[in-house]
Amino acid sequence: MRGMAKGARFLVLAVLSALMLTPLAWAMAASLRPPEVPFALGNVFFASHLSLANYEKALSLAPFARYYLNTFMQVGMIIGVQLLTASLAAFAFARYRFAGDTILFTLILLQMMIPTAALLVPNFSTIRFLGLYDTIPGIALPFFGSAFATFLLRQSFLSLPRDLGDAAAIDGCRWDQELRHIYLPNATSSLAAIVLSSLSFHWNDFLWPLVITQSDSVRPLTAGLVRFTQMGEIGAQWGLLSAATMIVTLPLFALFLVFQKQFVRGYVSSGIK
Amino acid sequence: MRRNKILPYLLVAPTLLFVTAFTLLPLGEVLVGSLFKHKLNIPRFQHPVFVGGGNFVSLFHDPDFLQVLANTGIYVAILIPLLLVASLGLAFLLEGKMRGIGFFRLAAFHPTILPMVSAATIWMFLLTPGYGLWNQALHLFGYDGPQNWIGNPGLALFSLILTAFWKNVGYLMLFFLSGLQNIDRSVVEAARLDGAGGLRLVRKVILPLIRRQTLFVTTVAFIGAFQTVDHVFVLTQGGPSETSALLLYYLWQMRFERLDIGGSNAVTVIIILVLLTFTVSNFLVSERNEK
Repeated sequence: MRGMAKGARFLVLAVLSALMLTPLAWAMAASLRPPEVPFALGNVFFASHLSLANYEKALSLAPFARYYLNTFMQVGMIIGVQLLTASLAAFAFARYRFAGDTILFTLILLQMMIPTAALLVPNFSTIRFLGLYDTIPGIALPFFGSAFATFLLRQSFLSLPRDLGDAAAIDGCRWDQELRHIYLPNATSSLAAIVLSSLSFHWNDFLWPLVITQSDSVRPLTAGLVRFTQMGEIGAQWGLLSAATMIVTLPLFALFLVFQKQFVRGYVSSGIK
Repeated sequence: MRRNKILPYLLVAPTLLFVTAFTLLPLGEVLVGSLFKHKLNIPRFQHPVFVGGGNFVSLFHDPDFLQVLANTGIYVAILIPLLLVASLGLAFLLEGKMRGIGFFRLAAFHPTILPMVSAATIWMFLLTPGYGLWNQALHLFGYDGPQNWIGNPGLALFSLILTAFWKNVGYLMLFFLSGLQNIDRSVVEAARLDGAGGLRLVRKVILPLIRRQTLFVTTVAFIGAFQTVDHVFVLTQGGPSETSALLLYYLWQMRFERLDIGGSNAVTVIIILVLLTFTVSNFLVSERNEK
């Protein structure tokens, strides 16, 4: 009886997994077909031979390497600044009492209630006003302060025994030494969660980069891919489109396979967002 | 606890500055801006003119906007229950040890890693009329309806739901899975010994134990449904004739296609009100349940 239930569960999971994996597998198969063999009913998966021609053509039509660099710079800039500003603010909220601290903390937390995507219109004019339209800092700037990161770091700073910091202070440790040598090294799991959630959010973000950029030299991967799908000469060349999709998708995917455990843990703990 | 008069303010200042500049002030700007008629393509309204609630009145008289509201309602009402049930079901199936479980989890979870725009281009291909896999698969089950899902006014919205479902079900499953893994085995065993089995065990014992996760997953799914419109850009561009436009996409159209700044501010206010109503009532429900 138990064995049968187990077998049934295995079977159900195998079927569901096949269904879930089909879209990506199919796109990958399409991208590797020789472009001269047309798609038709029945021979969608199977072509005469594998070919990288679609990849070569996609790479020649749009500057995907540049898009990668842009995404890297944008995401790196955001994560770097977020970690800095959030560590400082979280340290202040965890370690000091000061007039108005609760109000200031609440004001910052408001950011978690309102998705930045909704504030597209006013932020667009702010970035234009600052002269940062169509620049990478212009994409990144609105995300330099992070309520989520501040909140998460403050939580893990508060979980450290206070005596630890007090002892350091008595020994003549400056605040920045205390932060760097005592607090941050003990908050690595929160730091990792912040990096991962920020990475996956901003790597995949599309709408904001779309409206705030207009040239290939700053456009990130997501906006680049969508522009590619809308290029006149692409039409319904699915092999080519699939190749472009794979170019954008596979490297991050490979990274995920390597760091699967950390990713999943990061996703779960970043879930508080 | 350290004491210092100025330092803590300096430490908080950068975060506060960015949050103020890109969340708090914009909120005020949007509220005020929604009361002005401001259209870049009409000379008379190139500078804002105060109209009170005029933008809201004209929105609710605009058949396009009413259509978009209905679309968003249908999208949320179908997608979210579907996601909740399927991700919970998957979590049950994927909990515990068995051969191949790591692979099965990966299969369920992998769309999370793709950008939504990639997921949408993949589905655009799946939904192609003629040799698209989706229609072929449906054909096996006797489907004989329209082939062009993306271009059909009755089906375009469903092609969005399909894409969002595939993209998000594994991500949400993860939270249920970690909830199930944290349940105390002995509680379930005790209930089983008391004769609770199958659906009754799930309903009376397990669901109450993962209530927090359920609430959380609902919130994430709801907010996600409002703030992700990437697939609309790739698949349908809101068409045919706005039958698949969602609120945030409409906001973008208002601002960047119709150049109506006042109107787009009013749409922003409506989106924020919907989200706040949801999060606040959700919070109240969870507080009441905790007591």
